[in-house]
Amino acid sequence: MIRLEQVTRYYGNTIAVNELSLEVSQGEVCVLIGPSGCGKTTTLRMVNRLIEPTAGHIFINGQDNSQIKPERLRQSIGYAIQSVGLFPHMTVAANIATVPELLHWEKSRIASRIEELLILVGLNPAEYARKYPNQLSGGEAQRVGVARALAADPPILLMDEPFGAVDPLTRERLQSQFARIQQKLKKTTILVTHDLDEAIRLADRIAIMASGKLVQYDTPETILSRPANKFVHDFVGTDRALKRLSRISIQSVIKPSPAIVMDVSIEEAVSVIGSRPSVWVVADDGRFIGWVDMTSLSAATSVREAIVPGDVDEIAITASATLREALSRMLGQGLRNIPVVDEKKHFIGEVTLSDVEAVTAETAETGA
Amino acid sequence: MPKAQMRRWLLLAILVVAFTVLISRMELWEATLRFLFPQESRVLHPRASLLVLVGEHIRLVAISSGLSILCGIPLGIWVTRPGGRNFLPIVTDLTSFGQTFPPVAVLALAVPMLGFGLLPTVFALFLYGLLPIVRNTIAGLSAVPADVLEAAAGMGMGRARRLLRVEIPLAATVILAGVRISVIINIGTAMIGAVIGAGGLGSPIIAGLVQDNLAYIIEGALPAALLAVLADQLLANIERVFAYSAETLT
Repeated sequence: MIRLEQVTRYYGNTIAVNELSLEVSQGEVCVLIGPSGCGKTTTLRMVNRLIEPTAGHIFINGQDNSQIKPERLRQSIGYAIQSVGLFPHMTVAANIATVPELLHWEKSRIASRIEELLILVGLNPAEYARKYPNQLSGGEAQRVGVARALAADPPILLMDEPFGAVDPLTRERLQSQFARIQQKLKKTTILVTHDLDEAIRLADRIAIMASGKLVQYDTPETILSRPANKFVHDFVGTDRALKRLSRISIQSVIKPSPAIVMDVSIEEAVSVIGSRPSVWVVADDGRFIGWVDMTSLSAATSVREAIVPGDVDEIAITASATLREALSRMLGQGLRNIPVVDEKKHFIGEVTLSDVEAVTAETAETGA
Repeated sequence: MPKAQMRRWLLLAILVVAFTVLISRMELWEATLRFLFPQESRVLHPRASLLVLVGEHIRLVAISSGLSILCGIPLGIWVTRPGGRNFLPIVTDLTSFGQTFPPVAVLALAVPMLGFGLLPTVFALFLYGLLPIVRNTIAGLSAVPADVLEAAAGMGMGRARRLLRVEIPLAATVILAGVRISVIINIGTAMIGAVIGAGGLGSPIIAGLVQDNLAYIIEGALPAALLAVLADQLLANIERVFAYSAETLT
């Protein structure tokens, strides 16, 4: 889909990109990562010809991009940058409409597309379409930036640290949202970042660059388990076992677990607990409420009174979470097991620390 | 149009009507000036009525400022494009020079070439009014955020479209502020036109200075000051139309 062949770019006498060859397959996310000045942004900008290579060729669907008129080329490639660069004098809707208007779409088609995209990035069209960029928070602006990049449904997406300028919490939300959108849209994407966790989270393949050269180009799993050389080894850090956990879904370690409703008797609760440290409590419709353990039960006159209420958003994780998230939740809450819920916050099962440990040990053995 | 803006235009319209009424009532001026300066034998400049003088003045300012705008804005745009960027220092220097060169001196130099009357005056005023416009056009365009321009280019907007749809709208308030300064300065400077017979509100002022008649000077200066205030309001209102910030839009 996107193929770089021996691409080189000089700035004066400095070489920014040095004979770089890279291929991104259709529908894949390729993350370019490396220290500052490694040439990752230059590489990205050569794909849509914001920068022209000094030597080498870039092929888009087999066609040399130097043969395509820059404006035409760029209109067919979504482009999102760290600083977003929304047009401050235009509404959110007008910003998103930019490329469709360049392509002379019909007004009604543009209007429905704007609505569709705002919903896709999780912004209420009725509320946001007529806002101006200075009325948006950093995270909202980034989402509008992504919506604008996706506006004309381009098959290719170029993103330069698209989640860089927001706080860590918002960044994480934007990342998971992007992962979800990408799963649905399957855009061929090149994303530049300097955040390794982001790369591991979003990439199908990671391209690690150093001083203009491609050092290793592989799946996140391989890069973490078999770094090609010392540079990559140092770059991914000593906690790569932990990082690998963010590539593994908790699906395989979710265990069914007993849960009681609030109206059972203390005796019943005690019998369900058995040798376990505690038991989860759910509402009649299956929503997660909290847990009871022997200590809380012994001091109480009813199960209802003994419940240790748990904020579902803080304690429970969803089935789509990763092992790393599960582990961090456990460490953060000081729990040896945490409940798993579905989107409607209904109790599904639990994940225990020992199971996470088992998987960690397994990946450490198969890894480097 | 938002309410606050509507009110400003309404206010301006009322002021313009009031001004027109004021300058068309010569008997009012005569009575007031006679009361203030009983020792003068004449209190109104005999050359023409105020209405005519103001009309001449506005014509002088409109032509010269119009030329300044028509040349200044494209010039400012040109030197911020890749093709004209090399000329940026030269153009800034030349326009600064045009500003520091006294208009009276320009008149003195222009008269032998362009003769007396409207033409040399317009030329001097045009040169004098160029700087604020060129300088603000350059400043406004240079202040457009780089990330906005990168996004515009990255989405496939061509150069002309980028200029018309992004750069000029974003620079508009700064450019218009330059126009406003230029026009206001011009209304004051246009007085010198009377020296070489271009008419306008300079006529009674120059005559008043020569004949030591304070009434003449006030007859010319007061309407000129009011005219400047009105022009300032008008251009401020136009600026607000182009201001894009959300506060002024909602």
